[in-house]
Amino acid sequence: MLGLGIFFEDTPDGDTTWGQSLLSGLEITLVLVLGAWLIAVALGSVLGVVRTTRSRLWVTLGNGYVELFRNIPLLVQFFLWYFVLPSVVPPVKRFANAVDPATFQLLTAVVCLGLFTAARIAEQVKSGILSLPRGQMMAGLALGLTPAQTYRYVLLPMAYRIIIPPLTSESMNLVKNSAVAYSIGLTELFFRTREMGEMTFRYFAAFGAATVLYVAVAFSINRIMAWVERATAVPGYLGGAK
Amino acid sequence: MGGFDLGAIVAVLPFLLKGLAYTVQLTLVAAIGGTLLGILLALARLSSIKPLSLLAAGYINSMRSIPLLLVIFWFYFLAPVMLQWLSGAEYPPKIGAERSAYFTFILFEAAYFAEIVRAGIQSIPKGQLGAAYALGLTYPQAMRLVILPQALRNMLPVLLTQTIVLFQDVSLVALLNVTDFVGAAMKIAQRDSRVVEMYTLVAVVYFVLSFALSQGVKRLHRRIAIVR
Repeated sequence: MLGLGIFFEDTPDGDTTWGQSLLSGLEITLVLVLGAWLIAVALGSVLGVVRTTRSRLWVTLGNGYVELFRNIPLLVQFFLWYFVLPSVVPPVKRFANAVDPATFQLLTAVVCLGLFTAARIAEQVKSGILSLPRGQMMAGLALGLTPAQTYRYVLLPMAYRIIIPPLTSESMNLVKNSAVAYSIGLTELFFRTREMGEMTFRYFAAFGAATVLYVAVAFSINRIMAWVERATAVPGYLGGAK
Repeated sequence: MGGFDLGAIVAVLPFLLKGLAYTVQLTLVAAIGGTLLGILLALARLSSIKPLSLLAAGYINSMRSIPLLLVIFWFYFLAPVMLQWLSGAEYPPKIGAERSAYFTFILFEAAYFAEIVRAGIQSIPKGQLGAAYALGLTYPQAMRLVILPQALRNMLPVLLTQTIVLFQDVSLVALLNVTDFVGAAMKIAQRDSRVVEMYTLVAVVYFVLSFALSQGVKRLHRRIAIVR
């Protein structure tokens, strides 16, 4: 009645079933999310830190980055990276022609989503650092640490713990946003879902399966982050002493 | 291809403006419809009637946990079936992606607006509701005359920020072949091979509008904060 047999039927390619096709899409989605997450957290941290310093130039640059990436729709950003950049910058064009199209799509998507999400994480890192008492910075400097060391050993360890809840929801947003990579033809989960719907006319089965998979990934991230939050909790702080 | 050709933009400007008009219209309808439905959802979620609050929470959480693109396609398939069921017609009516997008964004945004409104209602001190009851107001009167006006005032900047996010999210309908602003640019980009001009223009226009709106919201936020 449910017609789940469709997932075990072969695709027109013959080599795989529709179920396997969706799972191969899920695999690419996971690679994309992981790659973009690493870029986003690394760059977002740098931008967030830079925006709390006293350097006018760096604060302006950091703010400019955040405004630029927050005020252009993600879909348009995908088009800029995938269509416009190679047309305007010849070396990128040469690179795109040299590698496998699927590789270029994946790299573009990782960079695009990573830089997009970095702007949001920069905002969180900044407010995490600013939520710490001013005395923390002063104490670090008074102990003879350099400003860089103060950030590394005093401010950031607490700031990261504070921003785990918003970082969790931003990570889940990243999973949801990864579906937009379908627009440049990356064969991730949403691409495979549409393909299955269009070729079998079993839209409800295909989209139902994709919904379940996306929710499962988002829920897993939620659990992992909850575990990280418990594992890194400082006793006597922020609900650490449970 | 050659260099950046401004002439290519001027010739198709009316077509692009029509797309932008659709984008703005969809944003406004979804923001207003989503806020109204969101208020109802927030009240349902805060209700002491358990099944009602569970139902609202279930709706809000499931909408918020799947990609918007997936929701857009779900409603594209489901809206005709739902209308057929509601009207009892023999065949599902053909409504097209342009119109199903209105359903999608009202129903989708309502889930996000509901959480904002809920936070707004919960920020009002409990004594306000007690005072309203003491004055003899009923629950609907207390909500309408005492709680919601204050909650919405507090929440206005967040609601407007969410509307700017919505304005950008609306661009995803272009992937259903709808001629919104981005969709119009996609069509021209393909027809005239003007990829660079079209997508750069769309990015610049979106940036200018969203940036100006968010600066406006920031100023509003400061003004409201001073009065309180």
